[in-house]
Amino acid sequence: MTGKVVTVTSGKGGVGKTTATANIGAALASTGQKVVCIDADIGLRNLDVVLGLENRIVYDLVNIIEGSCRLRQAMIRDKRLPELFLIPAAQTRDKSAVSPSDMVRLCDELRPESDWILIDSPAGIERGFRNAVAPADIVLVITNPEISAVRDADRIIGLVEAEEKGPARLVINRIRPEMVRRGDMLTVEDVIELLAVELIGMVPDDENVLLSTNRGTPVVLDGKSKAGQAFRNISRRLQGEQVPFMSLEDEGGFLGRLTRFIRPGGS
Amino acid sequence: MSGFIDRLLGRQTKSAYQAKERLKLVLVHDRTDLSPGLLETLKDDLIQTISRHIDIDPAAVHIEMAQDGREQRLIADIPLRPVRRRRTG
Repeated sequence: MTGKVVTVTSGKGGVGKTTATANIGAALASTGQKVVCIDADIGLRNLDVVLGLENRIVYDLVNIIEGSCRLRQAMIRDKRLPELFLIPAAQTRDKSAVSPSDMVRLCDELRPESDWILIDSPAGIERGFRNAVAPADIVLVITNPEISAVRDADRIIGLVEAEEKGPARLVINRIRPEMVRRGDMLTVEDVIELLAVELIGMVPDDENVLLSTNRGTPVVLDGKSKAGQAFRNISRRLQGEQVPFMSLEDEGGFLGRLTRFIRPGGS
Repeated sequence: MSGFIDRLLGRQTKSAYQAKERLKLVLVHDRTDLSPGLLETLKDDLIQTISRHIDIDPAAVHIEMAQDGREQRLIADIPLRPVRRRRTG
């Protein structure tokens, strides 16, 4: 095995990096591939709670780097998805405890025994971001169809190029089709045109994401969720599969279909 | 012209349209670290330099940033004044 390192980043906070990391990781692991998720947000760890593994943490990323535990000891195995592992961030330290070369060394150690290594980057463009991007083979930039998130994504895409890790691939998260239809939300096409990068996923805003986060079960495990489907599609595209982008319109029952029939238009 | 069509179709009043137009400008300046003020200074310098060699109409000079994929371009449109031939002899 030679694992690929995928870094999930965004610039702006709160656009869904951790949710994306957890779900793409779970989707890959559910198809039998060995996945290690690393939470690189030292001091503000959250990947553990989104994956529902917070009660099983003994050692963390900084312990591995400092050599106070073995790599295996800090890897928490998900009981629902036996191929999914988490290396949690340290909560009581800061980003300076880890350097970009530490991350490169750690990933080199993980590569031979895994298919995918997913790194959840902290927000911002400082040390934490550089740590997360240093070992990356593929960089996913997450954004929302919203001015400040798109602006920050543009900055990050530029930095990823400057670090020679580009071209980044774009995930547009939290799309609200009804607002797009009204002309009150940037369309996927608008965002791609502005950022001029390749799209790898578009994820609708979906209540099920919050429900599954509340429970600590990734939404990809919910067969009916549209967001879950979107994340599963991203994981297939990462594996090189050609997956058409799904329609984000919810069929909305008879009435929804009727209104669209009477008043087509919008996308 | 396209602005007129947009107005006609009510596109300019939609908030997504405004977001996109505002983002276009912001991204151009973010990517180049070139503020609108700096662009004006640059324009004045260009006009001065060029005027030393050829006759131009400073008011007609137009400078703008354009986006080409992820690359930015500085486009200067400098109309020349027709040469007034002096009669000799």
